[in-house]
Amino acid sequence: MNTDTDARPYAARDPDTRARLGWTLLALVLLWPLLLLAEFRPWALFEANNLQVMGAFLAGFLPPATSTEFLGLLLKATLETLAIATAGIALALLIAIPLAILCTRALAVSLIGPGPGRLGGSALRAAGRALLTFLRAIPEIVWALMLVRVFGLGPAAGVLALAVTYGGMLGKVYTEIFESTDTRPTRSLLAAGAGRFAALTYGLLPNAAQELTSYTVYRWECAVRASVIMGFVGAGGLGQLMDQSMKMLNGGEAATILLVFLLLVVLADALSATLRRALA
Amino acid sequence: MAFELQGVGLTHGNGFRALQRISIRLGRGERAAVIGPSGAGKTSLIRLLGVATRPSEGRLNILGRNPWQLPAGELRRLRARIGTIHQAPPIPPRLRVITAILAGRLGQWPAWKALLSLLYPVDIAGAQATLARFDLADRLFDRCDRLSGGQLQRIGIARVFYQEPDLILADEPVSALDPALADAALGELVAESERRGASLFASLHAVDLALKWFPRIVGLRAGEVAFDLPTAEVSNGLLHELYAAEGSVLPTQASAPAALRHGGATAEAMAESGDGTLAANVVRLDTCRGR
Repeated sequence: MNTDTDARPYAARDPDTRARLGWTLLALVLLWPLLLLAEFRPWALFEANNLQVMGAFLAGFLPPATSTEFLGLLLKATLETLAIATAGIALALLIAIPLAILCTRALAVSLIGPGPGRLGGSALRAAGRALLTFLRAIPEIVWALMLVRVFGLGPAAGVLALAVTYGGMLGKVYTEIFESTDTRPTRSLLAAGAGRFAALTYGLLPNAAQELTSYTVYRWECAVRASVIMGFVGAGGLGQLMDQSMKMLNGGEAATILLVFLLLVVLADALSATLRRALA
Repeated sequence: MAFELQGVGLTHGNGFRALQRISIRLGRGERAAVIGPSGAGKTSLIRLLGVATRPSEGRLNILGRNPWQLPAGELRRLRARIGTIHQAPPIPPRLRVITAILAGRLGQWPAWKALLSLLYPVDIAGAQATLARFDLADRLFDRCDRLSGGQLQRIGIARVFYQEPDLILADEPVSALDPALADAALGELVAESERRGASLFASLHAVDLALKWFPRIVGLRAGEVAFDLPTAEVSNGLLHELYAAEGSVLPTQASAPAALRHGGATAEAMAESGDGTLAANVVRLDTCRGR
C-alpha cells in the first residue's frame, strides 16, 4: 500500500478530511456550554443518599395493584386512551396529508423547467410550511389546557389537542419523506403531463409507503404517551387515572398503569412490523 | 413538424455548457437518431425536447407550440403528447407491471380514473396487447422488482407505446438489452412510429443500430451538432472523427463472436448475465481501449 502511494506523484488524499475535522471540533465546542447550561451532572445519580431516595420511591411501586375493581377502571381508562390517540391521529392525518401534498417539492410541477406558476407555487409551499410549523410549535399540553376550558373535562379536548400538534408534525415529516425518496418516477410522470394525485399515487407512494407507515405508527405510539400527559390536566384516559393514583400515593396502581404502557408500546411495534411486511 | 430548435443552448447551474448553437428540425412522422461520445449532451438534448428542462437561450418549438410560454394547463396537455423513454426506466420497483404500463396514460386520464385504476386496472386488455409486442405478456401482473434490467427497460418502452404520444423521444432505449433483443426493440419502436405516424427521435450509443434503423443521423460532440445527414451520407471518416476522443474503434452492439474473441472471462460473463448487459459493457470498454 505504502509503496503504491509513494510511487504516484499526486497521492490520493481525501479532500474532505479538513472539513470533517472542522465540523467535529465545532460540534464539540458548541456542545460543551450546552451541557453546562443543562446542568448535566450524571454522577449525581450515583451519590449514596440519592440512590436511597430513588430506591424508596421505586419500592412504593411494589407490588403492582391487581384488585378487580382497579383492573376494571384500568381497562376502561386504557380503552379511552387508545380511543383518544387513534381519533387524534385520524384527525391529524386530515390536516397532515393535504398539507404535505401541498408543501412537498417532489410534486411541484412548476419546478420542472422551471415552468409557469413557480412564484405562486413557492409562495404556497412557504405558507403551508409556516402553518405546519405553527401547529406543531405549540405543545399539545398547551392546546389541551386551552381546549379543556372550551369542551370541559374529558377526552374531547385531548383528541383535538393531539390532532392539531400531530397534524403539524406528521405534515412536516411526510413532506420530507416525499422529498427524500426516489423522485425520478414522480418527475417523469409529471413531465408526461400527469396530475399531482396521479403522480403521488403511481410514482411516490409505492416507494414511500413503508416509511410513511412506520412513522405514522410511531406517532400513534407517541400519541398514546401524550394522551397520558394530557390526562394529568383532565383530558381523561390513563393519565387521569395515573394522576389520581399518584396523588393518593398509591404506587402499586401506578406500577400496573406503567405495565399497561409497556404493553401498548409492544403492541404498536408489532403493528408497525406487520404493516411494513405487508407493504414490502 | 415535430420540433424545431434554433440556436438553442443549455448552461447548467454550475456553469457547465451542456449544449450550444443547436439547430435541428424534425418533420412530422420523421425518424432520426442522435449519436455521439458520452458526455456529448445527448441526454440534455432529449430532456430539452421532452420539456423537462428549459433552454438557456435560443428558440424552441415542440409540436407547434413554444412550451415555455404556455400557461400551466396547456403545458400539461402538450407534455401528455410527448413520450420519453428513459435510459433507466423511472418505475418504482414495487409497482406491478400492469400499473407501470397504464401509468403511460396518466396525462390523459382524469384523476378519478387514475385512482380507480389502482383499485382495479381499467384497461387490462390494452396493457396486455402492448406487452405482447415485447414477448412479456405473461408478466402482466408481476411486480417490477421481479424483472431483470432488460425486461424493465422494455416495460419502460411499452409504457410510452401505451401513452400513444405524437412525439416519441428515447434516451438510449436499448442500453440494457443484449444485441438480439436490442435489435428487436428498436424494430418495434420504428414500427410503432410508422403505424401511428408518430415522430421518433432517439439517442443511441451503438452506432451500428443507429445506421441500421434510422434514415437520418445527428452527430453530437461537446454539446454541438457535428453533422446532421441522411444515413447514406454518413461516412466512416465522419464517424471516426465524432468518436475521436474514445479511441480508434466505434462503439457498436457487442455480438457473441466479438465476446469470444476477447477471451474466456468475457464469454463467461456473457453466459452468466441474463441479458448480456454486463458482457456488452465489458466488450464495449475493451474495444474502445483498442486492446
